[in-house]
Amino acid sequence: MRVLIVVLAVIALGAGATAYALRAPDSVSVAVEAGPVELVSGRLVFVDEVSGRVASVPLSSPGGPRRVSSLSCKRFYTAAGKGLCLADASGPLPGSAAVFVDRSLAERRRVEVSGVPNRAKLSADGRMASWTTFVTGDSYAQAGTFSTRTAILDTETEVYASNIEGTRVEGMKLANDRNFWGVTFTPDDRTYYATLSTAGKTYLIQGDAAEESAKALRENAECPSLSPDGRRVAFKKRVPGDGARPWRQHVLDLTTMVETPLAETRGIDDQVVWLDNDTIAYGLPGEGIWAVQANGEGAPRQLVPHASSPSVVVG
Amino acid sequence: MYIATARQAPAAGGTGRIAGNVLALGAVSLLTDVSSEMVTAVLPLYLVLGLGFSPLQFGVLDGIYTGVTALVRVVGGHAADRWQRRKFVAGLGYGISALGKLGLLAAGTSATAMGLVLAGDRTGKGLRTAPRDALITLSSEPSALGRAFGVHRAMDTVGAFLGPLAAFCLLWTLPARYDVVFVVSFCFAALGFLVLVLFVRDHRDVLPRVAVSLRAAFGLLRSRPFRRVCLVACGLGFLTLGDGFVYLLLQKKLDVELAYVALLPLGTAGVYLLAAVPLGSLADRVGRWRIFLAGHVALFGAYLLLAGASGISLLVGVLVLHGVFYACTDGVLMAVAGPLVPDELRTSGLALLQTGQVLARAASSVLFGALWTWFAW
Repeated sequence: MRVLIVVLAVIALGAGATAYALRAPDSVSVAVEAGPVELVSGRLVFVDEVSGRVASVPLSSPGGPRRVSSLSCKRFYTAAGKGLCLADASGPLPGSAAVFVDRSLAERRRVEVSGVPNRAKLSADGRMASWTTFVTGDSYAQAGTFSTRTAILDTETEVYASNIEGTRVEGMKLANDRNFWGVTFTPDDRTYYATLSTAGKTYLIQGDAAEESAKALRENAECPSLSPDGRRVAFKKRVPGDGARPWRQHVLDLTTMVETPLAETRGIDDQVVWLDNDTIAYGLPGEGIWAVQANGEGAPRQLVPHASSPSVVVG
Repeated sequence: MYIATARQAPAAGGTGRIAGNVLALGAVSLLTDVSSEMVTAVLPLYLVLGLGFSPLQFGVLDGIYTGVTALVRVVGGHAADRWQRRKFVAGLGYGISALGKLGLLAAGTSATAMGLVLAGDRTGKGLRTAPRDALITLSSEPSALGRAFGVHRAMDTVGAFLGPLAAFCLLWTLPARYDVVFVVSFCFAALGFLVLVLFVRDHRDVLPRVAVSLRAAFGLLRSRPFRRVCLVACGLGFLTLGDGFVYLLLQKKLDVELAYVALLPLGTAGVYLLAAVPLGSLADRVGRWRIFLAGHVALFGAYLLLAGASGISLLVGVLVLHGVFYACTDGVLMAVAGPLVPDELRTSGLALLQTGQVLARAASSVLFGALWTWFAW
């Protein structure tokens, strides 16, 4: 009798779990137009959340039909007609691939890395590349906490740092719990800004990729993104609040070090991109790609639904 | 019908049959461990990638939880003894943890709700361990206790082995469906709870109903042999490096990819799983205390290897010794302590011992963690 109850419970729970797993996902439909996705100016390139593939829309009508490619990425970034796709390459363990593509999204090279895809960025001329992945289970205290791995690759000199955690930071001890993420390059293809997390705090750092050194500029700043004119950095700043994504996007003037909160009040967990010197764009989970003015005025507006990881082809 | 036959007609010692109650508790632990290890394996991914929490947001809370579970463990042990309802208290613990799996889905993106769910899960774990181990001691022939615990811990470890595997296979076939992992995890926990309710028998009728007070529970420490066991276990616990730390040192010395650190605990678990029953039986024959201390010698050997050896001998040696350490100590310590405590205070006594051990380990992990963080070794 007791055995029968257990058998029935196994069947009932098994059926319930299977039904739950297989239940149809909320179907979404987006307008798609035929045509190749190319990294040419005037297009907003992004990851289509319906298919998981790289897609593009004209910047002039971002809400219109999209072109979808066959390239699957978790994160995509384009600059100077080149693309960097951070794709999921998991086996039983989480893994990623940094895939470099040309103007027509054909693969040019591939770097396999461990961890879950998170951030990808190229310098303005496409020479410097950086990506960040999350790796679990290497904390001293408990299995299950996170660390980041951030790589910088110079595609011209082929100098490759698979993890920049050894970077010297002025005035800071070389501790074990240091994590870097979210690199953004300046036009000199050497200086970069990034996030450093250590001892429970985050810092905006300015680094030198060639010297492997850096200095902290200010506290509480994550995922910097440099404006096209190189004078301002957009970043997310941790604010008090319950819940996931407790961040508010700010723009920091690098000459005056004055920061301005932006009109977007929802928590942005993204390394934003600059559409031009006055506007930033970013993804919100489940809500698509949005844009807001970089001077703290105006109101956020949706650019593309069911999309993430925006970037634009400049020039 | 709660006629406890196991104690009146006990399984024959040494190599005899293992009591049905122990096997039932082993099955409950197996199912529950599949459930909890599934969640442990994917929780960081879910929190950080699924919900967008900061990677550092949750590590901080761990110390607080340890304090909470320590308190819950003592109170739960006391309640189990006072009403002589070990099965009920254990069931409460298993039940809370099972519901916690659904709580993970319900908590959504609120950090407070998520913290409460995780605290509830720890509370469940704190509640169930001592009454479960007390039931094992009360259901087994005293001369075969080591073996009984060996069987239970081996079954428990099978669950710990299968859990992460199941979780990653699910995520592999259904990418980013953390919710499915939680639902499947809940199913395993619910099955474990059901097996407990249907197959595990309590022993409340056999025992004398004496006054059981918290004071009596702490009074156990006045007994010299029990006090000695507690002091030595806590002392050794304080000198023990946390598992994560051992794996991290191993990773640094072998220079393997960080991602593969997740696989190292499987090595330890595999050895533990194979060695638990033989070493438990051996403990019954040559002395459990001796085996418990020998386990720490094995652990010390693992530390020596970490300091000196390299290559494959380092990897295999450390994992084998680490697994042997667990097989010699975890269940064996309960088998040592059980007979030293009167039946009616069994749960309180084991809870006290486990709490001391947990706090000693937590203190040691905080200390080593601070050293690790501030000195870049």
